[in-house]
Order: sequence, then structure tokens, then C-alpha cells
Amino acid sequence: MVETKGPTGSPHGPAPSLWPFGFAIGLTVALVGLVIGSWSAVAVGAVLFVAFGFVWLRDLATGVDHTPTTEDAAPGGPETATDAAPVPATAGDDALPVMDDEEIARYPRSRFLEASTIGIGAAIGGLVTVPVLGLMVGPAFVDQGKKPVDLGPVDAFPEGEFVIATFLANPEEGEVSRRTAYIRNNGDKNGQQSFTILSNRCVHLGCPVQVNGLSLENQKKNVEVENGPRVEITPTQAASGFGCPCHGGQYDTEGNRTAGPPVRALDRYTYKIEDGRLILLNTFSVGAVDGEAADAKIKRYSLQNPGTHVTGPEALFYPLNAPH
Amino acid sequence: MAVAPRRRKQSRVVTLVNYPLDWLEERSGLVGGVKYFLFRKVPGDVSWWHTLGSATLTAFIVQAVTGVILAMYYKPDPNSAYESIQHITNDITLGWLVRGMHRWGASVFIILMFFHMARVFLFGAYKFPRELNWIVGVLLLITGMFEGLTGYLLPWDQTAYWATVVAININGTAPFLGPFIAQFLRGGAEIGGDTLSRFYALHMLAIPGALAGLILLHLYLVVRLGVSSPPWSRTAAGRDRAAVRPRGRAGLLRGGRGNVR
Repeated sequence: MVETKGPTGSPHGPAPSLWPFGFAIGLTVALVGLVIGSWSAVAVGAVLFVAFGFVWLRDLATGVDHTPTTEDAAPGGPETATDAAPVPATAGDDALPVMDDEEIARYPRSRFLEASTIGIGAAIGGLVTVPVLGLMVGPAFVDQGKKPVDLGPVDAFPEGEFVIATFLANPEEGEVSRRTAYIRNNGDKNGQQSFTILSNRCVHLGCPVQVNGLSLENQKKNVEVENGPRVEITPTQAASGFGCPCHGGQYDTEGNRTAGPPVRALDRYTYKIEDGRLILLNTFSVGAVDGEAADAKIKRYSLQNPGTHVTGPEALFYPLNAPH
Repeated sequence: MAVAPRRRKQSRVVTLVNYPLDWLEERSGLVGGVKYFLFRKVPGDVSWWHTLGSATLTAFIVQAVTGVILAMYYKPDPNSAYESIQHITNDITLGWLVRGMHRWGASVFIILMFFHMARVFLFGAYKFPRELNWIVGVLLLITGMFEGLTGYLLPWDQTAYWATVVAININGTAPFLGPFIAQFLRGGAEIGGDTLSRFYALHMLAIPGALAGLILLHLYLVVRLGVSSPPWSRTAAGRDRAAVRPRGRAGLLRGGRGNVR
């Protein structure tokens, strides 16, 4: 009753099959196994997944129960059935004229024009597309190095307590590049000043973690930095760790995860001390930290995105990292 | 006696309206095309449920129009984006209204897409031969959600910033390619001015273009395959009915080629 120009007759699709159910159940069992950490469930699920997937694909490939029968091939052709008598495939002219050798010899420019149209079209397309794609993708991946950030004199950092330091990671970009680090002066270790410098980015999904303790806003200081932007330092008191407001991730004072969804310890900054000033260098990711303060043993990894595992089987999913 | 002059006057008006349309039709076939689209046959038992697709299209058009106007006042720069939004909302005549339409209309668009999808699913209207249109619809849903993601950053307030941080980092947890997807979306290692202008360009140029193209494809398939009857339809699917010639004069609004075949 409704005018339809689509094909009539039976659909060109795979036959009904129950295999996908087993396939889906296997996949679900394997993924749930990964979540709850049950390797036997993962194994069972994987076996189901592979087995049912194989039979399903085999059915699709061999076309079980869907070999075209004589009923499918309705008179007049399967696609646009009409009342007209069936036309044999050999009848009529070719859709496009096919040239024999003699004609090709006589009209070689037709072939030449065809090739040159496609060829020139492809060349122009390529010439335009390559630089455009390059501009779209390239700048995100090159020249991503961090510049050192001068945080001012070392004696602005009290020993044994965290301070909240905010600074501009890239002064040219302005306030949008303001970052926060939690910095604790650990005192002397073998004649060298030791610092614990934690990034405030939650390693779950990148929200800013907050100090579990008092942050003494009324003692906030601006530190003068030569040729540089403002650095603000806010002391804290009795910080017992850090907590993320977004999804409840919790960390201890070394940045180790103690609760919630984070997948590793808080990222840290490398630093150097030059002319009595603390200078931040690069950020790196941390698997876990043993020990405390100056004696901490830190499992270092190159900087990863939040939410990316650096240890355990899940780390296999992230073999390559974008250049930071 | 008074009837004859009025009729003549009427026909003169009709000529006046029809002449340019005929001119257009002769040279482009557009009038016939529009008539074919508007007066194509649909099942007799379609209901209000079948209007959800058109409602979604209307929501998209509202988004496109209000978005173009907002783009005239919005400044995609980290130092002025927030202020320009405040300016639109508080100072510019009717700015609060158009921004509100765009902001709430975005939710309406997404919600209507889901209602439309639910209707198609529950009516079984995705079945042969309309599977491809379901697939195009799913692509439309994904593209529409991407429009929502990129638009959410533009107010450049704390909510926008941190929601985008989280959203990009969720993308970053995808296996293997995740870190690269996240860095591409950010336009660098950190969110900054480049992220804002990148999201702005995607939000107002690239994605709406893709959406418009997909919508045209979606509509083409709707017209080509026809509207499906509801599952409770008593008419056997595909049965031909006697052609009904509409009463009244054939013109742009009634009759014409569309439903006289």
C-alpha cells in the first residue's frame, strides 16, 4: 500500500542464528571476570567467545539455511520484480560500450582522458588533503615539551608540611595554563634538599584533588619570580592525604591510592634547585610509592593520561603513549 | 451575478502565484520534487508517534539557526569566552532568550532523538528493508552527542572546563588508541586555548556539516523506502490501495503529481 522502491522478496541478510547469543554471553562473562578479577571466569568467557564466534562466522561464511532457492529467484529478476517476462542476461546491450582492440586503437584518447581525470583528481585531492590533515593532527603531537617553572626561594617551603603551589606552566598562554602542585619540603637527605612534589590531577579522570586537612587561605603568599608570572603558595596544616571531589578517589600523603577509582598513585614532578630556588622540570607517572618522604622508593613511569594503568594486565592495553 | 467577477479575480491570483512556480518548475523540476516529498503516500494508520522524527529535525533546525546567531557574538578565546557569554546573556537584546533556546534546545534535540529511536525500535520499523536507515540514525545519534560534548566546553566556566577534562580523559582510557584520541581532542598535552578554538570549530563547522549530510541521507532513505505501518496495523503490509484523488483544485498545497499516481 505504501509505495516502496526498495527490493521486494526475501532480504539479503544472514539467516536467523542463535550463535550471537553465546558469543555475547561469552564476551560478557569475560569482561565481568576482568572487573571482578576472576581469571577462571575470564578463561571460560574467552573460550565461549571464541567458540561461538567461530561457529557464527562459519555459518555466515558458508550461508547455512540461506542458499538461494528457486523461490527466491522470482521471475523477472530478484531486485525489481515486474510483470514483464524475464530477460536473459545475455540479451540487450552492455551498460557501457565495450571497446574492442580496433576501437581502442582508433579512440585511445578516451582511455587516456579517463585515466588522466582520475589521476589528476587524485593528485589534486592528495595535495589538498595531506597538508590539511597535517595541520589538524600535527600540532597536537609535536613540541609538547614542558618548560621549567621557577617557584622561588627554597625557604618559602616549610619542612614537613605540604603547601599548595599554583603557577603558570606556560606563561605565553596565560591563566589557562595555571597548574597546581602539592609540595612538601622533606629536609636534607645526604646533604641535598629533598622535596615531594605531587601533581593535583587525579589519576582517575583528571579532576583537581584537594588537601584532606586545613588549607590556610589567610596565609597565602605571592612569590616574586624573575621575569615570570605570579606564583601563589598557600600553607596547609595536618594534611592526611588528598581527595578528589568528582568521583571520590582518595590518596595518602605519598600520593598512593587508598580508596576509590584511581588506577595508580598521583603523578609527580621532577625538580632541581638552582641558586637556592626550586625549579619544576617534568611530570612523570607513578605506579606506587614505598616508604615516606626523603626515603620514598618511587616506581617511575613516563607520563600517562589519567585513567591509564601503568601496572597489571590492564597496562597491556596502553603500549604506546602520545608524546607529552 | 456577483460570482463571476470574484472567480475571475481568484483565477488571476492563482495565475500570479503559479506563474513563478511554473517558471521554476520548467527550469529545475524543484516544485515537482517538493510536491513529491510533501504528498508522498504514507500508511493510513500512522499516528502522532510517527512525528518524532520531524520533531527531531525541527529541533536540529532551531539549533542551527540559534547557533549561527550566537556565533556572531561569541568569542572563542580563553581570555574572553566567558565574558562574551556573560555579555550575550545579560547585555545583548534577546541574548538571554536565544542562548536559552540553544542551551535547552540541545537537550531537547538529544532527548527527541532517543524518543524517535525508541519509537522505531518498538514499532519494528528498523527491519528489512530499513536496516541501513537505522544505522544512519545511530551515526546521527553519535554525531549529535559529539556536538553536545564540543558545545559543553564553550561557556568556558568551571563546569565546562572540568566536565571536558573528564570527558577527554574517558576517551583517553580507550585501549591502544586512547592516549592519541585524547591528545588529538585536546590539541596538545594539556587543555588550553587551542582546545577551546578546536572545539568551537568542530562544534559550529565540522559536526553540523556532517549532521546535515547524514540527515539528508536519512530523509532520502525515508522517502525511498516509505513509512512503515505501526505493528497493530490491520492492513496487510505492501498491499496496494486504490489511488485516491484528493478533492479540490490541484495546486501547490493540495493534490498535484505527488498523490495522483
